[in-house]
Amino acid sequence: MEGIWMTAAFYLLAAIILGSALLVVLLKNIVHSVLWLAVCFVAMAGLFLTLDADFLAAVQVLVYAGAVCIMVVFGIMLIQRGDMGSTNLFNNQTKAAAGVVALVLAVCGYLAATTPWASPAAAVPENTVESIAEIMLSKYVIPFEVAAILLLVALVGAIFLAKEVKADARND
Amino acid sequence: MVEFAMHHAWLVPLLPALAFLAIVFFTRPWPMLSALVAVAGIVGSFIVSALAAYGVFTNPAFKEEPLVYAVRWFSMPGLQIDVGVQLDPVSAMMIFMVSMVASLIFIYAIGYMKGDPGFSVFFSYVSLFAASMLLLAISSNLLEMFVAWELVGLCSYLLIGFYSHKISAREAAKKAFITCRIADFGLLLGLLSLQIVFGTLNLVELSEKIAHFEQYTTLAVLSLIAVLVFIGPIGKSGQFPLHVWLPDAMEGPTPVSALIHAATMVVAGVYLVARTMFLFHEVPNAMELVAITGGFTALFAATIAVTQREIKRILAYSTVSQIGYMMLALGVGSMTASLFHMWTHAFFKALMFLGAGSVLHALHHKADVWEMGGLIKKMPITGWTFVIGGLAIAGIPPFAGFWSKDEILAMTLESGHYVLFVMAAFTAFLTAFYMWRLIFLTFFGDENPENHPHESPAVMTLPLIGLAILSTVGGLVGTPWAPYWSEWIFFGHPHHGEPNYWVMIGSIVLAAAGIYLAYQLYCVDKARAKVKALAERYNHIYTILYNKYYIDEIYLWFNHTIIDGAAKLFYLFDIYVVDGVIVNGLGALTCLFGEGLRVSNTGRLQNYALVFFLGVLAVVVLLAFTGPSAASLIVGGVK
Amino acid sequence: MLATISLTHYMVLSALLFGIGLFGVLAKKNAIAVLICIELMLNAVNINLVAISKYITPTLFMGQLFAIFVITVAAAEVGVGLAIIIAIYRNRVSVNLDDFDWLKW
Repeated sequence: MEGIWMTAAFYLLAAIILGSALLVVLLKNIVHSVLWLAVCFVAMAGLFLTLDADFLAAVQVLVYAGAVCIMVVFGIMLIQRGDMGSTNLFNNQTKAAAGVVALVLAVCGYLAATTPWASPAAAVPENTVESIAEIMLSKYVIPFEVAAILLLVALVGAIFLAKEVKADARND
Repeated sequence: MVEFAMHHAWLVPLLPALAFLAIVFFTRPWPMLSALVAVAGIVGSFIVSALAAYGVFTNPAFKEEPLVYAVRWFSMPGLQIDVGVQLDPVSAMMIFMVSMVASLIFIYAIGYMKGDPGFSVFFSYVSLFAASMLLLAISSNLLEMFVAWELVGLCSYLLIGFYSHKISAREAAKKAFITCRIADFGLLLGLLSLQIVFGTLNLVELSEKIAHFEQYTTLAVLSLIAVLVFIGPIGKSGQFPLHVWLPDAMEGPTPVSALIHAATMVVAGVYLVARTMFLFHEVPNAMELVAITGGFTALFAATIAVTQREIKRILAYSTVSQIGYMMLALGVGSMTASLFHMWTHAFFKALMFLGAGSVLHALHHKADVWEMGGLIKKMPITGWTFVIGGLAIAGIPPFAGFWSKDEILAMTLESGHYVLFVMAAFTAFLTAFYMWRLIFLTFFGDENPENHPHESPAVMTLPLIGLAILSTVGGLVGTPWAPYWSEWIFFGHPHHGEPNYWVMIGSIVLAAAGIYLAYQLYCVDKARAKVKALAERYNHIYTILYNKYYIDEIYLWFNHTIIDGAAKLFYLFDIYVVDGVIVNGLGALTCLFGEGLRVSNTGRLQNYALVFFLGVLAVVVLLAFTGPSAASLIVGGVK
Repeated sequence: MLATISLTHYMVLSALLFGIGLFGVLAKKNAIAVLICIELMLNAVNINLVAISKYITPTLFMGQLFAIFVITVAAAEVGVGLAIIIAIYRNRVSVNLDDFDWLKW
């Protein structure tokens, strides 16, 4: 997978990512949006492969395309039942939002284009999982543990928030 | 004894002050005891003063070097204030004169105030006054003197308003206090300027420094300081245009009028100018101002006195006029003549006030001279001592007033102030006239059958006799042939004027003419037809004089129109500009901004997120496109 | 130039994806849609992290490690976010953000 193939893969994946992302935003049916979100995430996993991040690509598929999308779909099902035809509309500050986005793009694009990036010093090692595990469990062990606790807290919090409130407690 | 008195001169103000405290805290319920304490205080003070004065006037070294005892009052960087006593011929003369006159008046007051419900309080006030006045006289420091100056002002206020059940007394007290305060403000500014420019208020140091004032400041600044200092005496000594309070001050008990508003406090202004003569001496323009103020006031007050009817009011204007003489003498450069007149004036004016008090006492406070007459038959001692006072003030030799007035006239002429000399001479004539008008109307002529006068008790007549003797011989210390006075009381170098016989004879003639005219108009002409005809003929002048040139009315008009008008203007300014534009305007502006910001407060999350992202963008742009210094403003400290 | 894929390409892609996500966050009515768009933005950041990891510090793996942390946090965020939306819906019977102006006054 060298040269022209890499280029082709990048453009193809980029087109899929941007196209599906646009569909996520533009579609009026929220369920369709989530579907295209999953497509976007999978394409992203492909993009990670082109960046020599195979472990990350696997995680992307597992967490995003698998867990997050399914969770969002469950969320939609808990809230909106019946007609999903126009559940995902724009509000009335679309133009202002477009302006801000244009500004952000202009600034980011300009910065990305004009910054003199350093050229790669070496190739990425083959075995990424081992390398990531090494720094994650040595130098970055504390953030790792914190992330674990964060997940636990998020789990408890989500349960608490989404739990049915008792009738007498709501009268306060 | 003399040595002790000289080295403990601080006892002079302290003894009356102790008497004041004793009366206030202990003896107030027992009137006679209070009076005795007060008299004991002032007589003790008089004894110390007399001994100290004897010590000073027998040692010529004091002419050059005063005896100063001072302690540090307070001290801070750049400001050291000493407080102490200074004995030199001038202060020795002053404490001697004040304590002597005060002693006699205290004794007199025992009789005069008898039966008054505020008897003890009266004696506590006058003791405080005596202490303050003696402190003023003996101060070695101008700030100390200013404190005493304010204290005598306070006592004056308390004593003028002594009969506080009378509205007129209350009003007069307020008028006196406020008028003097206005003047004292000028004095305070002057003293502050002296402290700032010369760094000291000690009289001795100040006199040395001002002699070389060029090292410290310019003549213009010094002139300003002199004028500011002089504003204080204008108020305290009742000089034009701040004389208005003095005639009203006669609302107080008569001993107070004699002590405070004739003999001592009102001459404090003269004394202050004399003490700061080293300042005025360097500023010829200020000297001219003093001379013109004095000369004008003398004539001005004398013309008013001619038409007044209340006995004490005539004496009050006479006092204003005589103090004008003293100022005139200071202004023409003769401290000797000025203080000499102050010395003699204290005796004869105190005598006449006490005599007037005796008359009022006898007539149950009927004050109009037109309703009196022939009192000398029922009240011989009062009458004849009053006549002596009249001769003294008119300037008939050998009574005291002649010598001092003659010296003032001679000095004015000698210094070349011819206009002022003519004014002063004419004032001398007027003085004789109005004073003898008073005497003829009060003591001679027909008796008024409605009056039932009686001679006052001995406690009142003895001081009268004492003052009459002093009024007779008091001037002999300074005759042109035996100038003991000018050898001791002088500024710079002693000045022995050659006896000017023309001036002397002229002043005698003027005085005699005044007395004769009064005799013709008020004694011989029983029906007083000529007087009425004169008043009729010069109706306008008479009205103006009788109404004291409408000065009070002018002040009143000024207050009502200008001050109240300005106040009204400021009131409107306050209501419409301060309250309206500024206060309410600020509120309205805040409301307006609030209304404006309310629109932006939509409560919608995405609005906020939008603005938030704009902000983030701005920070990014700032960080990316500007140098580290601007970035450090946001992220705080870039190494 | 277009033939060889460089860091700039990934950057531009990431910026575009971020812009799309931001637009969705700012302009969609549905709270769940906003949540989804936030995921898009986070993914854009991940692209950046991984791309920089490859092109600038290929042997350190810090970019990839951070991407993993981002994914972790994103998962937690989606969980809590959905829970909040469900709770709000239970109170208001709506997920339309225009109905939620409680921050006013």
